[in-house]
Amino acid sequence: MDLIWDGIREAFRILGTGDYSIWEITLRSLFISGSAVAISLVIGIAVGSLLAFNEFPGRNLAFTLVNTGMGLPPVVVGLLVAIMLWRSGPLGQLDLIYTPLAMIIAQTIIAAPIVTGFTAAALRSLSPRLRSQLYALGASRLQMLWLVLWEAKLPLLAAVMAGFGGAVSEIGASIMVGGNLAGETRVLTTAVVLEVSRGEFAPAIALSIVLLALIFAVNLILTTVQQQEQRS
Amino acid sequence: MSQAKLSLHDVWVKRRGSDILQVPHLDVFPGEVLAVIGPNGAGKTTLLTVLGLLERPFQGEVLFESESVRGRELSLRRRMAVVFQEALLLRRSVLENVAMGLELRGVPRRQRRERALRWMERFGIAHLARRGPRNLSGGEAQRASLARAFALEPEVLLLDEPFNGLDQPTREALLEELAGVLAETGVTTVFVTHDRDEAARLGHRVAVLLGGRLRQVGPVADVFAAPVNEEVAAFVGVETMVPARAVGDAGGLARLEVAGHVIEAVVSGPLTPDVLVCLRPEDVVLAPPDGVMTSSARNRLTGVVTRIVQAGAQARVTVDCGFPLVAVVTRQSLEELGLGVGDRVVASFKASAVHLIPRPAGG
Amino acid sequence: MTWRRIAIAVALAGLLALAATACGGGKEIILATTTSTQDTGLLDELLPRFKEESGYKVKVIAVGSGEALAMADRGDADAVLAHAPSSEQELVDKGSVVNRQLVMHNDFVIVGPANDPAGIKGMESATEALTTIADKKAPFISRGDDSGTNKLELKLWDKAGLKPEGQSWYEQSGQGMGATLQIASQRGAYTISDRGTYLAQSSNLELEVLVEGDPALLNVYHVMQVNPERFDGVNGDGGKAFVEFMVSADTQKIVGDFGVDKFGRPLFIADAGKAESELGLE
Repeated sequence: MDLIWDGIREAFRILGTGDYSIWEITLRSLFISGSAVAISLVIGIAVGSLLAFNEFPGRNLAFTLVNTGMGLPPVVVGLLVAIMLWRSGPLGQLDLIYTPLAMIIAQTIIAAPIVTGFTAAALRSLSPRLRSQLYALGASRLQMLWLVLWEAKLPLLAAVMAGFGGAVSEIGASIMVGGNLAGETRVLTTAVVLEVSRGEFAPAIALSIVLLALIFAVNLILTTVQQQEQRS
Repeated sequence: MSQAKLSLHDVWVKRRGSDILQVPHLDVFPGEVLAVIGPNGAGKTTLLTVLGLLERPFQGEVLFESESVRGRELSLRRRMAVVFQEALLLRRSVLENVAMGLELRGVPRRQRRERALRWMERFGIAHLARRGPRNLSGGEAQRASLARAFALEPEVLLLDEPFNGLDQPTREALLEELAGVLAETGVTTVFVTHDRDEAARLGHRVAVLLGGRLRQVGPVADVFAAPVNEEVAAFVGVETMVPARAVGDAGGLARLEVAGHVIEAVVSGPLTPDVLVCLRPEDVVLAPPDGVMTSSARNRLTGVVTRIVQAGAQARVTVDCGFPLVAVVTRQSLEELGLGVGDRVVASFKASAVHLIPRPAGG
Repeated sequence: MTWRRIAIAVALAGLLALAATACGGGKEIILATTTSTQDTGLLDELLPRFKEESGYKVKVIAVGSGEALAMADRGDADAVLAHAPSSEQELVDKGSVVNRQLVMHNDFVIVGPANDPAGIKGMESATEALTTIADKKAPFISRGDDSGTNKLELKLWDKAGLKPEGQSWYEQSGQGMGATLQIASQRGAYTISDRGTYLAQSSNLELEVLVEGDPALLNVYHVMQVNPERFDGVNGDGGKAFVEFMVSADTQKIVGDFGVDKFGRPLFIADAGKAESELGLE
């Protein structure tokens, strides 16, 4: 028990003084996972709206693929991306391995199916007549897409939060493609593992506190927006 | 014959292999109200979506003011407005919803709010401006949908059974208001319904759609009074429907001039000058011309039998009194009366049996 | 529609930032090494100097010995710093690595709880100690991760003629040295650790050094280049610069002094330039 209490106390000290580059690591986590989710959102909207609104042969297969993608173990994704990006791999020339961009790529592959699946479901749940009505009101394709997305804003927000939660908590892929390099590709999760393997519990706890706070804050946003919607 | 506002030529709509709609030709003339009637599944909504340029037919041409719509669909859509069965409001205030069409066309904020508010007042829902869409009654929502469409001041208005899900009194009220606005604005309108009375109330011409095909198009009275075949007749319901002019009313009874006769009808309110006189065949009693009058009906017209259709235990007899009057009698009565085509007969009906449909001006 | 403009601006900024992250550009080398080496902190001390002197930034990928050498064998690194001599030799024979040089050594120690239930304290032979542990069925934690430490441990069991895998008292952590020491400390078990990691963590551990000094426990580090002739994309100049740096006199001095201020004794003994036989290796 002492270990934990000491750890917590020391953790707050670290948070206060900014030791162990904790804030630098936090910002990097936000940047990498945030970028991955942003890209996933673009993909999610494009593919999700295609799936939701168009009938085409193989549509069911496509949906199944997206759902499978949602359940992909992140570490498997990490391994596949690493194999591709290693110098010995097909994309080795790009020199992407062990860079933040590689981590963004891996996290995007992990988050995109989640965001796509939720987006498609959200768009499907809208009344099919709604699109006709909007076109009838004179909306262009783009206007219609924007309005429909705004209507589905709540489930979309949930999709983004789910994607972000998945990306920011991810560790296996991040280590494999990022290499956990200090000052470059070390993020909250990988830093926790590193500190634990070194036996440094206080920084590990500090990093965990930050990670928890981050996830909490993100969910707070979602809940607040949801409440506002309910009230209006 | 004025130039058609909208035309369909050889239009064929197919979905998943089955034929939904086949229209060799249909014109919608400027300023008219065209009522499209038919049973559920007849393809009425599809006809509307094709006219509204929301769906491209498998084959065929849609013309707007005699020019093909190809390539201009979006800009032409912005000159029309559609009201569907459900109001389909977005998650915004009612005012913003009513202004939606204007917003999509880039009308600046203040202007669009003014226009939206004006039309909301016209439809009696100005007090709902700030409300969210969720707690509106069906009637309020449809008023918003109507206001939204009219706010666009469209050149063509398309309505798809807009009063379908509403209760009777609300329906009546909205029908009344819509008729008024249509008369005021004179906008070219296509109005889809399965209710014959609504069609008669609002339409100048009516198109009967059965099984995806147009069976009859023409002025309301013609179609209802003279359905072109059994199928149309079965849907439209054979009934006497004839235009008449109101020439006076006193004490709850209106006097109407129709084809040289004057008949009396019970009325409860003020009348428009032009009305459609409707009689259910069951309410018309036939008697031999020199026979004893046993009924107390106020209206008695003499005419010649032009047609007898026997159907089971009943017979439908059409009598020409200057206009076609349809009566239905039992087979037995038919035999007792000894009626045949060409015989003279007296048709009588009570003033209370006369059902009047006010007609739009110039109908 | 100012929201739209803001959104576009943010998106553009994001794209620029992304592009920037990709350009590591310039002079970089990938160094494959082991977690235990990284955990000692020696690299944190040496690499900034290397950057200053040569201009090369080093991406340190610290994994188990097995993976580090596998990376070299695929050409996925430019240089390797490892402590698994027989496995390294295989790569030399294959031609995957070149310019292999002795850098330093330290030793492994057998650590365990202070009360020493198996009674191995002070034994001079490592194999004897392990045999005793097996006989007494005292709890033992192995790294089980194909690392240099792990390979040495397995060699010792082999030498003692024992097969501990699967026995109830023998557990494999599958993790790095620090984590494995923690587990042993928490469970009151024995384990083999390199002295460096043990010293670095001893304040957090309830373990003591019980057996040391056996030449079989020597932990020898070599540095080598991944063969640029054999693999495309390998930075030959960078790899060479790193090898030369590690055996240079200045670096060797730092290596020899490293750890004195913190632990009272150096963690490593600098060996560059010596013949292998001098160390008493087979």
